Amino acid sequence: MQINGAQMVIEALTLEGVDTVFGYPGGAIMNVYDEIYKQKDFKHILTRHEQAAIHAAEGYSRASGKVGVAMITSGPGFTNAVTGLADAYMDSIPLVVISGQVPMSLIGTDAFQEIDAVGISRSCTKHNYLVTNAADLPRVLKEAFHIASTGRPGPVHVDIPKDVTAEIAEFDYSVELELETYKPHVKGNPRQIKKAMEAISKAKRPLFYLGGGIINANAAYEVRDLVRRTGIPAVETFMARGVLSYDDELLIGMLGMHGSYASNMAMSETDLVIGLGVRFDDRVTGKLSEFAKNAGVIHVDIDPASISKLVNATYPIVGDVKNVVNEMLELTGQVKPENYKSWRETVVNFANLHPLTYHEDSERIKPQWVVERVGKLLGDDANISTDVGQHQMWTGQFYPFTRPRQFMSSGGLGTMGYGFPAAMGVKAASPEKTSINFTGDGSILMNCQELMTAVEKKLPVINIILNNNFLGMVRQWQTLFYDKRHSETDLSVQPDFVKLAEAFGGIGYRVNTKEEFDAALKDAVKKDVVAFIEVIVHRMENVMPMVPAGGSLFNMMLLEKKGDK
Amino acid sequence: MSDNNERRVVSVIVVNEASVLSRITDLFSGRGYNITSLTVAPIPESKYSRLTIVTSGSVRVIEQITKQLHKLIPVLRVYEHEDLVEKEMAMVKFPASENIADISTLCAAYNGKIVNVGENVIIVMVADEPKRIENFLKIIKRYSPKEIVRSGAVALER
Ligand SMILES: Cc1cc2nc3c(=O)[nH]c(=O)nc-3n(C[C@H](O)[C@H](O)[C@H](O)COP(=O)(O)OP(=O)(O)OC[C@H]3O[C@@H](n4cnc5c(N)ncnc54)[C@H](O)[C@@H]3O)c2cc1C
Ligand SMILES: Cc1ncc(C[n+]2csc(CCOP(=O)(O)OP(=O)(O)O)c2C)c(N)n1
Ligand SMILES: [Mg+2]
Repeated sequence: MQINGAQMVIEALTLEGVDTVFGYPGGAIMNVYDEIYKQKDFKHILTRHEQAAIHAAEGYSRASGKVGVAMITSGPGFTNAVTGLADAYMDSIPLVVISGQVPMSLIGTDAFQEIDAVGISRSCTKHNYLVTNAADLPRVLKEAFHIASTGRPGPVHVDIPKDVTAEIAEFDYSVELELETYKPHVKGNPRQIKKAMEAISKAKRPLFYLGGGIINANAAYEVRDLVRRTGIPAVETFMARGVLSYDDELLIGMLGMHGSYASNMAMSETDLVIGLGVRFDDRVTGKLSEFAKNAGVIHVDIDPASISKLVNATYPIVGDVKNVVNEMLELTGQVKPENYKSWRETVVNFANLHPLTYHEDSERIKPQWVVERVGKLLGDDANISTDVGQHQMWTGQFYPFTRPRQFMSSGGLGTMGYGFPAAMGVKAASPEKTSINFTGDGSILMNCQELMTAVEKKLPVINIILNNNFLGMVRQWQTLFYDKRHSETDLSVQPDFVKLAEAFGGIGYRVNTKEEFDAALKDAVKKDVVAFIEVIVHRMENVMPMVPAGGSLFNMMLLEKKGDK
Repeated sequence: MSDNNERRVVSVIVVNEASVLSRITDLFSGRGYNITSLTVAPIPESKYSRLTIVTSGSVRVIEQITKQLHKLIPVLRVYEHEDLVEKEMAMVKFPASENIADISTLCAAYNGKIVNVGENVIIVMVADEPKRIENFLKIIKRYSPKEIVRSGAVALER
């Protein structure tokens, strides 16, 4: 079939089964938008900023498990999107991002809206392409989807000059991909797996350390099985929330900088770490030389570069965690859950000693209460996104997650402004669930223009603004480590969030009491229109426990006992 | 695991396509790895090129370098050499007034010769192990070299 480059883009997206594209048009990508106008195969969602288009595609991908697709123009359109690309790269989110570029003949001339897009995206994508011939487009697009979604997933950027989108060439999408240089290793080495299982059966205090890779691999239910059959306690990273259900008896909690006391102590006391799809991030490990100091380490990861990058693996297993866990399940016969009974009791004692909790306040709502309350009222019926800051950590700590792909948050890059557009993408992917975004008074302003998108495209995201009149997380560090010098973190001057939502045609609530909160949430769920629920919360609340940056996991600052203040 | 910085030679076979070299150099600069020298040329009758990179780092860093290189999509193979034959070329320009016979003898000792004689300058080339090239460059200082160019090392496994 002889068609032009722009039509090829449409054909390829359709053949890839794409049903939703997020984007923003401009000069260099206009030929493609002209074809979008003519087609009916997928929905295009016009965001109001390119960064939001990428985050929305990320949210869509994380909720659905499919590749997220976004489209932008050259120059400023592309540079606006870079934060989103970097975010997806850090969190291993599969995306295909297509940008327009100035015509081939103008490349390198400092043409209008020209920027070296592939030069910029190289370091924040899994792979990228500058397409110089329309004849290459079918192969490039097919490769882009393949590379984005296989191995360790990630964003792939395809930059297409305007004349290439007009050029006519042969389109045949059935061509087999021949990627001699890209062959992800999905099957774990059986001998290594066997050795790992032997080590587990001999360990006295083994501990599952579950990560976001399990969600990438759609392996949560296999992992639940493995945990139950072995009777070994488990901690989750922030990215792994929902792998185990919150009420799983073997789930200790989240570990790391803001992990629970019991999780961090278990990690410090274990004699065998069983890491599944984790990357030993510094927010998790604290001081590396003290991390799980006396333990052997099993590390299952699809990315060989992730293994022994920071912590030496005693049993490295390169492979897809779903495959590997399935193999492990075959070998659980030798593992005796009763052997870990006293270890499980130790863990329970840790949890009883310093449970994850907070103190209520008679005057102001505590932010943690809001998260818990939403969990009580909506629980499994909601998908949860967050922005970045204290509210994000409280969500990770206190929301009762029941399933994988329920929680999407910017973990690796920590991008303020991620939450609202991501929640729109989540809503587009699973309209049957309520889409909640826990956000802060700082973060929400970084993409609040998306109120317009949400109204226009009927994406009734409920943004719960935990308003502490502060860039709270930075304020917390200033309080604790900078002798209370709250430099440029006071957000006392604020917009009227209710009016802001209303100005776009959304709905706003300001909430001071628990009763008002319940009423607002119930109303917002019913109304089916984008909402801001601004909750005035305690200003000086800190996220606890906290492992100061670079400190050892077992040296936590803990919640002060009531009356300590 | 030692943390000593070791000199290492890494060979990389890559698909010969646009911007593949920037992918490699960006990886090194982005992750803070050293490049002492880098050479690249197409492999005859194939769609691949071969890069020889001389780098340094601890064992852990070198392991990361090879893994991260391998992660790049157009990279076919990465060899981190243990037992290899290494050669480097250097060209040096001398004033024609220097003792040409001396220089010529020296070059011969380093697999080299005079390759160009002009009115005011002579140009020589030598090809030898990188260590010996260093040596050569030290020795010829007394003949007031005007310009020196080194190719960077290339290597093959034995
Ligand atoms: C303010 C702030 C505070 C934070 N505090 C904490 C904290 O206290 N605790 C915490 O845990 N995090 C915290 N984070 C998040 C942290 O920065 C990291 O994002 C997170 O710890 C990484 O989680 P992960 O190890 O599960 O890896 P991910 O980033 O989810 O990476 C997944 C890993 O799995 C591998 N993988 C992918 N697909 C597969 C597959 N199919 N098979 C096998 N392996 C696969 C990948 O190669 C990678 O190594 C915080 C973030 C912010 C912004
Ligand atoms: C784009 C961006 N800029 C700056 C930061 C640094 N930062 C991390 S948390 C935070 C404060 C966020 O404030 P808010 O959204 O009100 O959340 P809170 O911590 O108060 O809950 C800041 C500024 C960041 N993560 N992202
Ligand atoms: Mg705030």
